[in-house]
Amino acid sequence: MDTIANLADGFAIALTWQNLGLALLGAFLGTIIGALPGLGPSNGVAILIPLAFSLGLGATPALILLTSVYYGAMYGGRISSILLNIPGDEPAMMTCLDGHPMAQKGMAGEALSLSGIASFVGSIVATFGLILLAPQLVKIALLFGPAEYFALFTLAFATLGGVSSTNQAKSAFAAALGIGLAMVGVDTQTGVPRFTFGEVHLYDGIDFLVAIVGLFALSEVFLFLEHRHGSSDAEGKKMTIGRIVPPLKMIKDTSGAMARSTGIGFLAGVLPGAGASLGSFLAYALEKKISDKDGTFGKGDPRGLAAPEAGNNAAAGGALVPMLALGVPGSGTTAVLLAVLLSLNITPGPLLFTQNPDVVWGLIAALFIANFMLLALNIPMVGMFTRILMVPPRVLMPIVAMVSFVGIYGISGSSFDLYVMIGFGVLGWVLRKLDVPLVPIILGTLLGNAMESNLRRAITISDGDWSVLFGSPVSLVLWAVALAGFVLPIVVGKVIKARMHGARQTAQAEEMDATD
Amino acid sequence: MISKATRVAMAALMLGASALAVQAEGWMPESPECIAPANPGGGWDFTCRQVGKVMQDMGLIDKTMQVVNLAGGGGGVAYAETVNKRNDSNDLIVAASSATATRLAQGAFPGNTVDQVRWVASVGADYGVIAVAKSSPVTTLPELLTQMKDDPTSVAVAGGSAVGGWDHLKVLIAANAYGIEDVRKVKYIAFDGGGEAVTQLLAGSVQAFTGDLSEAKGFVDSGDIRVIAVLAPERLEGEFAEFPTAMEQGVPAIGANWRGFYAPGGMSDDAYNAWVEKVATLYASDEWKAVMAANGIAPLDLKGAEFDKFVHESIEQIQSLSREIGIIQ
Repeated sequence: MDTIANLADGFAIALTWQNLGLALLGAFLGTIIGALPGLGPSNGVAILIPLAFSLGLGATPALILLTSVYYGAMYGGRISSILLNIPGDEPAMMTCLDGHPMAQKGMAGEALSLSGIASFVGSIVATFGLILLAPQLVKIALLFGPAEYFALFTLAFATLGGVSSTNQAKSAFAAALGIGLAMVGVDTQTGVPRFTFGEVHLYDGIDFLVAIVGLFALSEVFLFLEHRHGSSDAEGKKMTIGRIVPPLKMIKDTSGAMARSTGIGFLAGVLPGAGASLGSFLAYALEKKISDKDGTFGKGDPRGLAAPEAGNNAAAGGALVPMLALGVPGSGTTAVLLAVLLSLNITPGPLLFTQNPDVVWGLIAALFIANFMLLALNIPMVGMFTRILMVPPRVLMPIVAMVSFVGIYGISGSSFDLYVMIGFGVLGWVLRKLDVPLVPIILGTLLGNAMESNLRRAITISDGDWSVLFGSPVSLVLWAVALAGFVLPIVVGKVIKARMHGARQTAQAEEMDATD
Repeated sequence: MISKATRVAMAALMLGASALAVQAEGWMPESPECIAPANPGGGWDFTCRQVGKVMQDMGLIDKTMQVVNLAGGGGGVAYAETVNKRNDSNDLIVAASSATATRLAQGAFPGNTVDQVRWVASVGADYGVIAVAKSSPVTTLPELLTQMKDDPTSVAVAGGSAVGGWDHLKVLIAANAYGIEDVRKVKYIAFDGGGEAVTQLLAGSVQAFTGDLSEAKGFVDSGDIRVIAVLAPERLEGEFAEFPTAMEQGVPAIGANWRGFYAPGGMSDDAYNAWVEKVATLYASDEWKAVMAANGIAPLDLKGAEFDKFVHESIEQIQSLSREIGIIQ
């Protein structure tokens, strides 16, 4: 029962007016940062570090401010995914798949508030997991060597097919394109630059934030420009927003999805090198396998919205486990937080919990507070956010373009990235015309590099012996799941397709009824 | 919107701070700026932010140091920016380390050379360590190197830098010093950062770890890993004194990851001298000593011309080693 006493101490530290104010400020700023395309949690935290320093905050208040921003940005990322089909940051990518169709169906209010609740469930459970299991969870991270990581990434790609498109070949093409893009840059295993054409900006590879903003946001702007003179659906069409609080039945229907996704997301977060994007992706893929009996996923199924949101917020909590207990950041944002800890003269690592208990427990208490604040902030803000839908595209799209450019320039400060982003925008526009899904491209870019590195690490360690990839129980399980995920849809594909066809017709009929 | 809010807040603070700051003599940067050539969270970012913070606390600069993260090309983007666009800036310093020198030596900054900037001063060094897991039968550096010599495939060494990077070169320096002829046979596995490399040592995927003392510190304190050699000329001070050096084990290898700054090549002499002086004052302060102690950074006090010579020399050493392993011709 030490834990409870410690946590009580933590709350005693965190519950001062100053800290509550900081948590509120952080949660609010974080939500907005997360919602802006291009600005994600890691930039948000980085931007606010100088503020924390120049306010002269102590270790605990500074951490409270910055983790509130972190959680806030994880919450906020979903907003532009749902409303504009533009992910606010990379883990929010999967939220587009069902979130935006929901908004199009006139359920933007429900989508926003439901995803807010899913985010809350994911992160609150993950925070409990962090308290109760941190020391044990570290052992899981230690079970993962290069071979196991390779199997894990393969699993992600194997389940990709069914996720975002009915056309498997186009999904596979998109993933291959993404993996190809991931090859750009200096190869860490040999130190040789690949596909960089002597351009120093490409040595570190292509920043996936640049790719995301280009592919999603700019291509949206291009599509708008193209259609401007034609049938401008901008004018006249009345958007319905829906209710601001989701019906209880919807929460009940999605509770299973939230529970499963929280578990998966949390585990993905705990593994350094996997992170929130993988968490939300696997959560969505699994939920689709389990629940998508009638092919409603991708067309605005609330479960397809709740799953990735619970997953990515749980992963955000999970990522704090290796950061605090091993000093190894599980994501870009935790890398920034780690740097903050170091500059506050706190060394994360196995001894952090014993050496700086006030910091750790203060931080954990702050996470709880930030979560409740975010829930309280987000539900009433739904009404405000949905007004974005009322803005006509001819006003909105220039703003999207501006925010994209400013956001990307703000990250790297180099105009080269802007050209890359425009390139991706054009690519995204072409691919959308060809009906190629964009999510697998990002996934390939995000995971391709890590997948390749881990394969080559494993093979180098074993001196070229490929059997090492199947050498541990963990990797065998992962391979089995990957194989099942890949083969099952093909075997039972026909059955499902036939059923989906039927379902689609009924769904369309229902939709007609609903819009009447 | 955010940055505006931040800026307003900072401007307000600056007004307060400048009133309090001790007015130092001579040249003062109007808007001091430090480029960290990497994303937030790395060593360069840390150097900029810590130095900026301590300098402001001490009144060496009267405004908050603006830290600009200019990532890309392992520092190459920032280097090119400094040379091409910011050559005349007097207010700018850029964080650098052994990694910068390594890349300059290997020609990894296309079109840029070491003489295009002015090297300001060092603020300390992080000595290299070679470590094994606590359960490992190996207890000394010669034992590990003998194993490597007899059967290079039996020892996989993990480090946080790419092949040819500084963590890799440190092992090779040691192997070379021990008399391993073909250092190319040494099995080095590159991970994304020292933290990941240590984790893989704990997980048992690899047999040894090469990195900086600061990366290993937390795990040494907890007893999870054992440092078998510090690549320093003599034993370090304080709590690090218990680690044996490679020297005393008969392996004459030194590998220091220094941290310091360079400034634009066209900076005026007044400004350059003032920056050298400011960094030197910072280095001598108790505040900076505390930062160093907390982060396992060892002393390395080089400034101005002395530092410039040191950087040139280390580039020559890295070039000859890189030729040997075939990274450059």
